Amino acid sequence: MRGLNQVAQITLINLRTIPQRLGTSLVVVIGIAGVVGVLVSVLAMSEGFHHTLASTGRQDRVIILRSGSDSELSSGVARDQATLLPALPGVARDPRGAPLASAEIMVMVDLPRKGRTDPNNVPFRGVQPAAFAIRDELRITAGRPFERGVREVIVGRKASEQFAGLDVGSRIAFRDSDWTVVGIFETGGDVHESEIWGDAEVTMSAFRREGYQSVTARLADGSDAAVAAFRGSVSHDPRFSLTVLREPEYYAKQAKVLSTLINILGYTVATFMAIGATLGALNCMYSAIASRQVEIATLRAIGFSGAPVVISVMIEALLLSALGGAFGGALAYLYCNGASVSTLNFNTFSQVAFDFRVTPALLLQGFLWAVVIGAVGGLFPAIRAARLPVTVALRTL
Amino acid sequence: MKYLPLLWAGLFRKKTRTILTLLSIFVAFLLFGLLQAVAVAFESGADSADAKRLLTTARYSIIEPLPISYLRQIERVPGVQGVAYADWFGAKYQNESNAFPVFAVDPKRYLDMYPEFLIAPEQREAFIKTRTAAVAGKRLIERFGWKVGQRLPIGSEIHPKADGSMSWEFDLVGALDADDPAVRGNTDVVLINVAFFDEARQSGKGRTGWYIVRIEDSARARAISAAIDAQFTNSPNETKTQPEKEFAIGFAKQIGDIGALVSRILAAVFFTILILTGNTMAQSIRERIPELAILKTIGFSDGRVTVLVLAEAVLLLLLGSGFGMLVATGLLPTLNQATGGRFPPLFVHPSTWLFALGVAVTLALVIGLPPALRARRLKIVDALAGH
Repeated sequence: MRGLNQVAQITLINLRTIPQRLGTSLVVVIGIAGVVGVLVSVLAMSEGFHHTLASTGRQDRVIILRSGSDSELSSGVARDQATLLPALPGVARDPRGAPLASAEIMVMVDLPRKGRTDPNNVPFRGVQPAAFAIRDELRITAGRPFERGVREVIVGRKASEQFAGLDVGSRIAFRDSDWTVVGIFETGGDVHESEIWGDAEVTMSAFRREGYQSVTARLADGSDAAVAAFRGSVSHDPRFSLTVLREPEYYAKQAKVLSTLINILGYTVATFMAIGATLGALNCMYSAIASRQVEIATLRAIGFSGAPVVISVMIEALLLSALGGAFGGALAYLYCNGASVSTLNFNTFSQVAFDFRVTPALLLQGFLWAVVIGAVGGLFPAIRAARLPVTVALRTL
Repeated sequence: MKYLPLLWAGLFRKKTRTILTLLSIFVAFLLFGLLQAVAVAFESGADSADAKRLLTTARYSIIEPLPISYLRQIERVPGVQGVAYADWFGAKYQNESNAFPVFAVDPKRYLDMYPEFLIAPEQREAFIKTRTAAVAGKRLIERFGWKVGQRLPIGSEIHPKADGSMSWEFDLVGALDADDPAVRGNTDVVLINVAFFDEARQSGKGRTGWYIVRIEDSARARAISAAIDAQFTNSPNETKTQPEKEFAIGFAKQIGDIGALVSRILAAVFFTILILTGNTMAQSIRERIPELAILKTIGFSDGRVTVLVLAEAVLLLLLGSGFGMLVATGLLPTLNQATGGRFPPLFVHPSTWLFALGVAVTLALVIGLPPALRARRLKIVDALAGH
């Protein structure tokens, strides 16, 4: 009990003198805020990218590609195969009995980012009418859906935010064709929001294609057994040479390279910054101790023991770093939460747009890093303060 | 120079503090070296571009094929010296999509177009003469443990053979290398002889992905580009021709502004360093006020004391940054080995050294100036009386 009292007393003295040492204390706070801010921002980018790809697709939906293809761009599904697939057993049907399968074509169109002129590969998807019933998460947020047989498109929310000339009513020229943007859609933040959608037949003739690239279907039963059965009926059918992938499986593959890259970058930067900040915190706490050497020696001379001194210094370091951590997290949240970026996904060779996501888990992670930095930065100076012989410390006066 | 021992003594007056400060500067510049290398790698395509090369692609999307008949038409455009072409193969190797790029090329035309790719003369001959030949970058050969002379099985995701099979096999007859590390990343590629490829593929015969055009005079790049594109306007396959450098910059921009991201991170790092080191420096000078007063007493002018304090900051930053950059330079080859050639080769560009020097000196001046001015204004009597 007496020990606890001592700790409380010394800590109070320490904290009350912070205003006199404001410069040094602020340095610890700002240094750690910088580290946590960068750490959280970089990881928020990775988190956002992951969220975009992870939330794409549902367990009961499959994408059918040419056997051996890993992406729609390199795949091809001939017209006759595309007409046979919806009739297969296992494909869900709408109330009127039409199969929920959409043969789709994927092309790349060049569009500049807003305020720039350099072209970017923006994915353009031609879909069949069933696409809307299959992906029932799709909502038109402005305008209306495109009409069949007409050169009209709807644009994903993120594509319209990133790229120039994709607002409702604007006209875009691809190839020798002129298209009108008639609507903006949302699909809950997944990759389709980076795309432009038009009617499959119109797209095919405008881009002079002869076949589709993929077929997306909703299955009546999304269980593993049902998907395996469907896969079996496709692979055993000699008319097809196709691969069946569950949507989440397919989109996870698409994300692999880019998310590895973002993670490596994020953690490398954060680790180095944390090392730097720990050194900085050590330095600041050492100088804080050095400037109070006499004070600490006096305390020990009048009967305070070493342990409370160590603990009180640690408490001060932890408080300062926690403050820095909270400050850094808040900065990252204010500065980049929801900020939207787009980059080239190497797997699909097309642009994918995503938002920075500063999640509570990331904020907690940043805060923990701050506390660890503070603990390491405070421990050694604290031990040194407690170890220094009283006589030596007082003689420096 | 003769003050170096004095500066050194001042710096290491408190060893722990200076070593900690040096280490944090070291870490910051190590990070600087590494991140700049990444930024350079993403932009190196533009650096290694040849001003006398143009690229002709389909106007609306670079993945659309162009007819091979364009070759003769482009060759006839005045100012054009040579034309090569290449087509996407869409490689799948050991079940990994796009493990490396594979281009189907006319060997002689392509190798003539890229003289910076080094290949042994007899291997070059074999590549030109063998219809099923392939050559690969040296880094790729090392990464996958291939041997020149072996059969190379590569799947295609785009092109089935006439029998519908997607598995292809080529004879690896040579290795590509480059002297310039910025170019070496471009050799991470497998080139296959188009003669066999075009004959054996099921569809897309008589088409190619893009053309590479060599021109006599880089100053006429725009005019010649326009002349090439004018030949094909209103045809079903319109083209877009641009200097190689512009194409590379455009491609790097597709990835997004890596440079801007890196500079934002580094700005945060250096701001933190500025605050930390500035505080340490100010404290160090505060503690040494009597010593500075003594220097003035024995005849050092105000100016000389100011310069001494500034020089101490410069020395601190130069030591820390130099060491950080050295370690970054030394670390990158190991890192390149560790990633197994999966990423473009990273290296510290000479310009990064200059950049680092600039940053270090600027930081030193910003950090050193306030204490230096304080030392300059110091009154001997007051300073000595304080203690």
